[in-house]
Amino acid sequence: MKRFLGFVKKEFIHIFRDFRTLIILFGIPVVQILLFGFVVSTEIKDAGIAFLDLSKDEISRKVIHKTVSSGFFSYSGELTSFREVDRIMKEGKAKAVVIFEPQFGEKFFREKSAAVSIIADGSEPNTATLITHYLTAIIQNYNQELTGSPAEEIVPVKAEVSMFYNPELKSHFMFVPGVITLILILICALMTSVTITREKEFGTMEVLLVSPLKPIQIILGKVTPYFLLSFINVILILLLSWLVFGLPVKGSVALLLAESMLYILMALSLGILISTVSKTMQQAIFISLVGLLLPTILLSGFIFPIENMHPVYHWVSSILPPRYFITIIKNIMIKGTGLGFVWKETLILAGMTLLFMLFSIRNFKTRLE
Amino acid sequence: MQNVVISVNNLVKRFGNFIANDHLTFEVYQGEIFGFLGANGAGKTTALRILSGLSSPTSGEVVVAGFNAAREPEQIKRNIGYMSQKFSLYEDLTIRENIMLYGGIYGLKKDQIRKRTSELLRKLRFEGYADRLIGDLPLGVRQKLAFSVALLHEPKIVFLDEPTGGVDPVTRRQFWELIYEASAGGVTLFVTTHYMDEAEYCDRVCIMNEGKIVALDTPARLKETYHAHSVEEVFVKIARPTATHNPLHQMAGSSLTSLPGDSHLKRV
Repeated sequence: MKRFLGFVKKEFIHIFRDFRTLIILFGIPVVQILLFGFVVSTEIKDAGIAFLDLSKDEISRKVIHKTVSSGFFSYSGELTSFREVDRIMKEGKAKAVVIFEPQFGEKFFREKSAAVSIIADGSEPNTATLITHYLTAIIQNYNQELTGSPAEEIVPVKAEVSMFYNPELKSHFMFVPGVITLILILICALMTSVTITREKEFGTMEVLLVSPLKPIQIILGKVTPYFLLSFINVILILLLSWLVFGLPVKGSVALLLAESMLYILMALSLGILISTVSKTMQQAIFISLVGLLLPTILLSGFIFPIENMHPVYHWVSSILPPRYFITIIKNIMIKGTGLGFVWKETLILAGMTLLFMLFSIRNFKTRLE
Repeated sequence: MQNVVISVNNLVKRFGNFIANDHLTFEVYQGEIFGFLGANGAGKTTALRILSGLSSPTSGEVVVAGFNAAREPEQIKRNIGYMSQKFSLYEDLTIRENIMLYGGIYGLKKDQIRKRTSELLRKLRFEGYADRLIGDLPLGVRQKLAFSVALLHEPKIVFLDEPTGGVDPVTRRQFWELIYEASAGGVTLFVTTHYMDEAEYCDRVCIMNEGKIVALDTPARLKETYHAHSVEEVFVKIARPTATHNPLHQMAGSSLTSLPGDSHLKRV
């Protein structure tokens, strides 16, 4: 045990003496949270919106009025024919066009079913998704006002669930889980794989292996500091988003931290696995960035909604551990749900962790031979 | 006769169909400087890994410091020192921190470490440098430090894997003086090298080629047997015939140079 502690201490010295490591550990999380919170806004303001009203009755006028006065959109005009839809979007004057079917108001009263079609500019998928969600919410809201009942049958456009739980339409809520997911992968997988391959490259790993330290002690000694520091990071990010952006954790903080620990373990075993297959630090960095960081950013649902993905990416996304973690923390942080709602994701994550651990232990042993 | 500290009997190490070590048999005596020579790929590293408890033999009996390499590798690790060609101290740690770390890993007590640290620094005339980062020291100094750290827990045997790679002649000479000193103190030194002039300084030399031992004797007797003037000539006579077929071996052969200024190094 004393041997082990001495070794862990040495690992801490490595971390605290290297300026770059410290920047990655504590600079990046803080900068990312602030950047996403203040600069990269995923909410929409003044998105151009046009209308094609084929009905021109009292109800449709009211919907238009309500949409325009919501403050999220800027009115870019009324169209007279379908041909103009393409033109106005290509010109960039409108990000979306709302089309009312003929006899909209009549159908609304008589058949209790009227259709509004929303055409959004898909070249910016993120904005498009948001706009459709906003519009759907506004129209539903109006329906409720009018009829006093949930109005799904009247406006058959699906709304994304996260919208329901984010009634103020604040965007900060969406990115905090994403940043935590990303930072943990970065610290745990990238940094541990680099620090282990560094020992290999410098020849110190050989000396350690010939020493009375057991391989498992070497590995644990290497990852323990990163486990602790990642955990501190999670707390740091949560505090920051609470104090700066006023985003509290709605669900159980203990559950959130426990799930984070599971995810950290998963990422650490991934890091060890990467270190067993790479000979140089560059290789480890490359595998971590291309194999982990990029997919996490693009495919885990952090930035682009999984529902909008091509089926192939959808499938790829389902084998990415970060995807499940994002779902878990979104649920706990924003919806305030308990383990009952995320047990499936938790189980999948735990299974993946176990798998990566087994693989990395097996790989480490064969490498020794 | 002399105390046997390493005894290898019919050691075979196989990787699939490839035989890296083909029935090696030899003994190393206490206090001896045992040179292990061979081109790259001759099986030196494989044998060294088995002797140091890193990998287990496919068959054969290997006993190091009284422990069986197949059954008690952990005991072997406790009783040997090791220094590799690649530098083995941490550059971002100070001299003192490196010594503390390795002392701790080998289970030395705090006051023991402190005492040996000051002894070591005095011997190398590095007093006052204890809190310098290793990265700030010249390569030769680091190499000497690494060797001293490998001796810190007073092992009976020290394995040196091409310890003087990339070091200037003067430092190499100083380094060999440290080796002689350790040997005089009863420590056995098992040295792999491909500097042929260094082989001349060993008590006995074992030459490997394609997984087999092709010669094992004192440098003087090897030269006599093969009618050669230097160990390098012996090596070329034994190992060259097959080596010419393989460009890789030729590359290894090109490092068989002796450095001027080393020839008058005498045992202390």
